[in-house]
Amino acid sequence: MASGGCALIRFALRRLLQAVPILVGIVTLIFLLLHLAPGDAATAYFNPNVSPEIIDRMRENLGLDRPIHEQYFRWLRAFFTGDFGYSFGQHRPVSAVLADALPNTLVLSGVSLVLIFVVGCAVGAVQAVRQYSKLDNVLTFTSLFVYSMPGFWLGLMLILAFSSPALPDALRLPISGVTSIGYEFMGPLGKLLDRARHLVLPSVALGIASAAGVARYMRGSMLEVIGQDYIRTARAKGLPERQVILKHALRNALVPIVSLLGLYVPLLFGGSVVIEVVFSWPGMGRALYNAILGRDYPVVMAASFFFGVLVLAANLVVDLLYAAVDPRIRRA
Amino acid sequence: MSAPMTGSRRSVRREAWRRFMRHRQAVLGLLLTVLLALTALMAPLVAPHDPDEQTDIVATRYQPPSVEHPMGTDRFGRDVFSRVVYGARISLMIGFLAVAIAISIGTAVGAIAGFLGGWLDTTLMRGVDLLLSFPRLVLLITLVALFEPSIALITLVLGLTGWMGTSRIVRGQVLTVREMEYVTAARVLGFGQARILVRHILPNVLTPVIVAATLGIGNTILAEAALSFLGLGVQPPTASWGNMVASGRDTMLNAWWITTFPGLAIVLTVMSFNLVGDGLRDALDPRHVV
Amino acid sequence: MTGEPLLEVRSLRTYFATEQGDARAVDGVSFEVREGETLALVGESGCGKSVTALSILGLVPEPPGRVLPGSSVRLRGEELVGASETRLREIRGGEIGMIFQEPMTSLNPVFTVGNQVSEAIREHQSFARRPGESRSAAIRRTTIEWLGRVGISEPELRHGYYPHQLSGGMRQRVMIAMALSARPAVLIADEPTTALDVTVQAQILRLLASLQEELGTAILLITHDLGVVAQTADRVLVMYGGQIVEEAPVAPLFREPRHPYTEGLLHAVPDLYRRRARLAEIPGSVPHAAAWPEGCRFRPRCPYAWERCFEPPPLVAGSAEGPARQDRCWLEEEPKRRAGAGFGVAVRPAGSP
Repeated sequence: MASGGCALIRFALRRLLQAVPILVGIVTLIFLLLHLAPGDAATAYFNPNVSPEIIDRMRENLGLDRPIHEQYFRWLRAFFTGDFGYSFGQHRPVSAVLADALPNTLVLSGVSLVLIFVVGCAVGAVQAVRQYSKLDNVLTFTSLFVYSMPGFWLGLMLILAFSSPALPDALRLPISGVTSIGYEFMGPLGKLLDRARHLVLPSVALGIASAAGVARYMRGSMLEVIGQDYIRTARAKGLPERQVILKHALRNALVPIVSLLGLYVPLLFGGSVVIEVVFSWPGMGRALYNAILGRDYPVVMAASFFFGVLVLAANLVVDLLYAAVDPRIRRA
Repeated sequence: MSAPMTGSRRSVRREAWRRFMRHRQAVLGLLLTVLLALTALMAPLVAPHDPDEQTDIVATRYQPPSVEHPMGTDRFGRDVFSRVVYGARISLMIGFLAVAIAISIGTAVGAIAGFLGGWLDTTLMRGVDLLLSFPRLVLLITLVALFEPSIALITLVLGLTGWMGTSRIVRGQVLTVREMEYVTAARVLGFGQARILVRHILPNVLTPVIVAATLGIGNTILAEAALSFLGLGVQPPTASWGNMVASGRDTMLNAWWITTFPGLAIVLTVMSFNLVGDGLRDALDPRHVV
Repeated sequence: MTGEPLLEVRSLRTYFATEQGDARAVDGVSFEVREGETLALVGESGCGKSVTALSILGLVPEPPGRVLPGSSVRLRGEELVGASETRLREIRGGEIGMIFQEPMTSLNPVFTVGNQVSEAIREHQSFARRPGESRSAAIRRTTIEWLGRVGISEPELRHGYYPHQLSGGMRQRVMIAMALSARPAVLIADEPTTALDVTVQAQILRLLASLQEELGTAILLITHDLGVVAQTADRVLVMYGGQIVEEAPVAPLFREPRHPYTEGLLHAVPDLYRRRARLAEIPGSVPHAAAWPEGCRFRPRCPYAWERCFEPPPLVAGSAEGPARQDRCWLEEEPKRRAGAGFGVAVRPAGSP
């Protein structure tokens, strides 16, 4: 195992190095997008309420008065030094805006990701073990339905359901924000519970469609594994069926699911834009959305950049997980 | 399995069709899809009211579902059902056109990368990796925000952000098919590369592309709905399912029907395409049986 | 060498539901395995050998498969068909061990080999604790002992290896350790050497023979390789079309095959370089188990076949050798027909008696 751990670290470092050119690509792409826009970004502010001084300051801030290659290198340097400019919408540095929003998005997406993985795998595995049963058919149809649901609509339907006066107070869950009014006065445990309760509906709305997708895939993966020779070996050893399924089959069926998670991560962050708007969740998605509505370009650019970085980071984690789950990868 | 010889291709197709028709869910999906397409085409005949009709707003707004208005009325007294019917036109049209764009770009890029190989292949596929590392919705709203939103723009942008998966599939298929004997045979016979590409490789690549396209329509409709919901897609008063859901959001607790029914229409439509896509995959690729 | 009947299989029928109707994979098979002997079950793939083995352990996937009523498998007189799952689990890997053909795919790729062997040891309590030794330490020690016993060098180190880090022969040794760790009375070996190189094959067969001598295990050896049979078996069952077509001690069988199928098998020259093509000299191939030919199932491929073969022949004791030999062929009643037809001069495989 010691040599395995060492190999894992080398693997991680190599992947980290490979991410650098993609990072440069992302920054370049954002730069190109900015210059693709009709006029320049500052013209978006040409409206009677904005004073000319502000527009000049804005042009200077974006470096729009310089030649294009100089702008590009300034841009690159700024992004890699963490200087994302100044948000005119919020009247504070972009880095401060992101510092507030990023943790909220990470918590929401993280919880959703766990939900996607756990619920998806559990449902898919149960279906595979009970293949062609009534339960299997019902779950197949349900996951297809859920898979086809737009997240924002599901979010609204959840809000509708949890605002119903018929609902007993015990089952009530908060439908917006991160914390309740009076949060500051709660004890540490109360604070944790309050945050957890606020997370339930948004994370379900954000993750459930992907969980259904994982379930569909997991069913197939599990069925394939159950037909493998080593499952027959495990049974021929006299192991209880529980152990055959929960240890031997499950662990193998999870291997392709881990790489599937890599595909769901971009979807998750994309979905977080909509879900954060629906549930007034003060994260990156909502920051990006508000910045777009307010033509707050520095925030738009920095937020897009961070979404790209998050996907890269998540893919790195998925690759590591993959290596941890499948010993055959480690050697390569 | 795709048949290399034209002679047996017809029977392969017939076999695929037979498998598809035995797939109950796929047939259900196909029926629903056809029904939806007919509804969209004949919207003026299906819809009981003009989708934009407003008479005496105060008297007719926020009416719950009834025989006159099966899905109720919205805040301007417009018939929600009629707007859902007309919304089908927008959603399906954008879905089909955007996927057509995406498939064309994806097939072209994938075929070029796979067939020519070398540095061009590497560059193109790195580009695909790069684009895939952006959440599609983030790319979409950033792109849309830079321009004035219009249906044409949304369709184009959805097409431009949806081709990467197809290009990977096509490239993979081209690489496999390229090594097969009959392509070698064609090359020995002295056929030009372009002709080999069009005559021998594309037909084999078609199967996975058709499946990807069908499933892609569902995803595209979802993306369009999300954009319209955020106010960055189809602009009111034109009815689109996404902007209808958004329009009912503020009054949802008093008039649930305005948000609920357009959303159900989205689920039903996306599900139909997914059913057909799954069925096609099972029918066209017998190896993929779960 | 051969003793009491240990495992008795009577009228075993295992069918599989297919789109073309019931596939009669095993169709009325009876035999017995005696204490300490090696009984070989021989035939081409598709003859029902492996399904017979899986039926004994109650491992036939159900559905589509099913063991028909009237079938009986007795281990020391105890009926296993219809036995409780709990009892069957004690027997699997406990009293009857099994090893499979593909050591590549028969070991779970994501667990270490030590983990997989120790599972069997833990499940069947086949370890003894030394004074002051913890349970898990005893299991680990026993696992390492077994890895050493099957000829794996540096067993302490290999204990932590994953299957992909071992060669095919090593993996098969791990399988053998796993199957024998509970000291079962019977070992079912399903094509144990087919996937291995020739030199490794010989090593594995020698290992099995020495462990058999040491532990007194009876072996039911399933193979299509008559070279392996000649080297290891005491008695031979030849299977075709889901039925036993001939049963005989190994020497008489090689000296004088009675069923035309056995004759065909013997005639096919072992080709050391192309193992899979070895049986090519019997014309045709095994039909689908849902559509066995009418009458004698070997009829369409048999060089002697005549009208009578449209009737199913019974399994009868051969005239000269008594109950030790039997075969299922009308030639027993009309031996004259042997002259002038057949597969030509039989070439005996190297190493046969």
